[in-house]
Amino acid sequence: MAKQRVYLKGNEALAYGALEAGLNAYFAYPITPSSEIPETLAKEFGTGRYPEYKFFLQAASELEAINMVLGAASGGARAMTATSSPGFSLKQEGLSYAACMELPFLIADICRAGPGLGNLGPEQSDYFQSTKGGGHGDYRLFVLAPASVQEMALFPRIAFDLAFKYRNPALILGDAFTGQLKEDVEFPEFTPPKYDVSSWATTGAKGRAPHVLNSLELDYQKHYKHIGRIFEKYKQAEANEVRFEEYQMEDAEKVIVAFGIVARIAKGVVNKLRSKGVKVGLFRPITLWPFPKVALKKLASEGKQFLDVELNTGQMLQDVKLAVGDSVTVDFLGKWGGIVPTEAEIEKKLHHLEVVAV
Amino acid sequence: MSQVTMKVKVGKLESLTDNPTHYCAGCEHGTLTRLIAAAVDELGLREKTVMIDSVGCSVLAYNYLNFDHIVAAHGRAPAVAAGLKRVRPELNVFTVQGDGDAVAIGLLELIYAAKRNTPITVFLVNNGIYGMTGGQMAPTTLTGQVTTTTPYGRDPALTGTELDASKLLASFDGAAYVKRASLVVTELASPRGTVYTIKNLLDAKKTVENAFKVQMLGGFAFVELLSTCSINWKMPVLDAKRFANEYMVKKYPLGLYTDTFGVEKK
Repeated sequence: MAKQRVYLKGNEALAYGALEAGLNAYFAYPITPSSEIPETLAKEFGTGRYPEYKFFLQAASELEAINMVLGAASGGARAMTATSSPGFSLKQEGLSYAACMELPFLIADICRAGPGLGNLGPEQSDYFQSTKGGGHGDYRLFVLAPASVQEMALFPRIAFDLAFKYRNPALILGDAFTGQLKEDVEFPEFTPPKYDVSSWATTGAKGRAPHVLNSLELDYQKHYKHIGRIFEKYKQAEANEVRFEEYQMEDAEKVIVAFGIVARIAKGVVNKLRSKGVKVGLFRPITLWPFPKVALKKLASEGKQFLDVELNTGQMLQDVKLAVGDSVTVDFLGKWGGIVPTEAEIEKKLHHLEVVAV
Repeated sequence: MSQVTMKVKVGKLESLTDNPTHYCAGCEHGTLTRLIAAAVDELGLREKTVMIDSVGCSVLAYNYLNFDHIVAAHGRAPAVAAGLKRVRPELNVFTVQGDGDAVAIGLLELIYAAKRNTPITVFLVNNGIYGMTGGQMAPTTLTGQVTTTTPYGRDPALTGTELDASKLLASFDGAAYVKRASLVVTELASPRGTVYTIKNLLDAKKTVENAFKVQMLGGFAFVELLSTCSINWKMPVLDAKRFANEYMVKKYPLGLYTDTFGVEKK
């Protein structure tokens, strides 16, 4: 698709973004508020508009879908699935296996309010599950947090690239707000990079030794080494793949730390206060893993104060505090249950930053 | 004195590695491993075959079968197989699963692979028990059978009766090929005493080949293979064979359930 402007919902933009990123196969399971992703991809399947897009199937469960993704990724394909929070819990089995098997694919979680069925409103309460592994065992996912429909459209390119470069699943963590929001989007021209999968993909052992994609290793020493090697890979990612946005930060004394849709609201607060001469800025982690801890630590060393705002009871807050250390003030404003903070609420909290430090 | 006689084709199969198997004495998993290797070799499919190893006694098959492998989570092998086959339709993709894996935790994945007639092959080794985890009740455990989780015998009032996977998959449209065969040698009285015949194995060999042929024709093939588990049944090997031939076959009669392409006649 050539560069063009289109008016899309966040979920639709994510679907088209995946197609633009060279998606080969999508395995679906419907769940609100993510269902426009499979619906869009079902509509595009068979149209021939995206020659690389070869397969779409609605699976019978979240587990079946993620394991089909795992199979397709084993064959070296660009495979994807998407879900929302209750479904994301079910995906954890496949993600744990895939991380150990070093399989590259893309998953999106359009986070809604939890726990349990919760409701259909936005939350960021899958932060822990997304950034700390989520399933059993020790592993990480690449986690990208879009704050606009435009980013929903472009992040699949980054996510597939990270997944294949590091041979690890990548997650786009959206929320009900960014999924349902409708905005103008541009798709800059893009040629999906080619990835060499010949050293590991299960494509038939023709003229080579068999490839075995496996998470089982009964030899403790070998498994110790395998996981150690995966974490060496993660170290490389932590050094090279961190992404964040700094807005009005040069002379800022107070810093709002927020990701996803909350950062969007916080930007409005920054604009408003800057017009009144208040020295406030926004720090927005784009990769929630690897987390931009070095950049935050640097800001803390400059004597800035922080207000962390999230759609949960304080999950990223732990990573922020860990990054800035004990001697720095970090205040917190959390909303949950599908409620989003207003600009006024953030502004009010910001004024009290020195007083109500947690 | 009992004697087991069996004629096997001597010579190296390309699809078999030289590694000794971990299977217990009398277990039919090794037999199936060899039948699969022979079929894949005979059909010239080795270089495009991928096996999905499942959680259970077949999980280490990547050590024995000389082609590509993916090791799936418990019960998910048909989903993994389907995902691979859909992006690499030129491949020959199959699973070997136990009854705990395919008929309990993975029943949904099995049913939908069959319902969609996904062009993959599933071999179900039915030995009526969870083998690798140490002999717990499976959905296929016979009524009254003693396992570590039914120490007083399987009670249908509590656990229901046996689940017949072949009958289940044949009961709806979808699967192109459903057959139940046996990997268990049978006893034969002879003037020299009891001998054992490999009649079942010859049929199983043909069935394994047919199951790959069905996939090549574009259909879903399901083969249930009756087997023993003398270790977990806590029986001597030959008693276990006798138990399978006398009691299991009554509950799980051998035979062809579905053959859409007519491969059995060809």
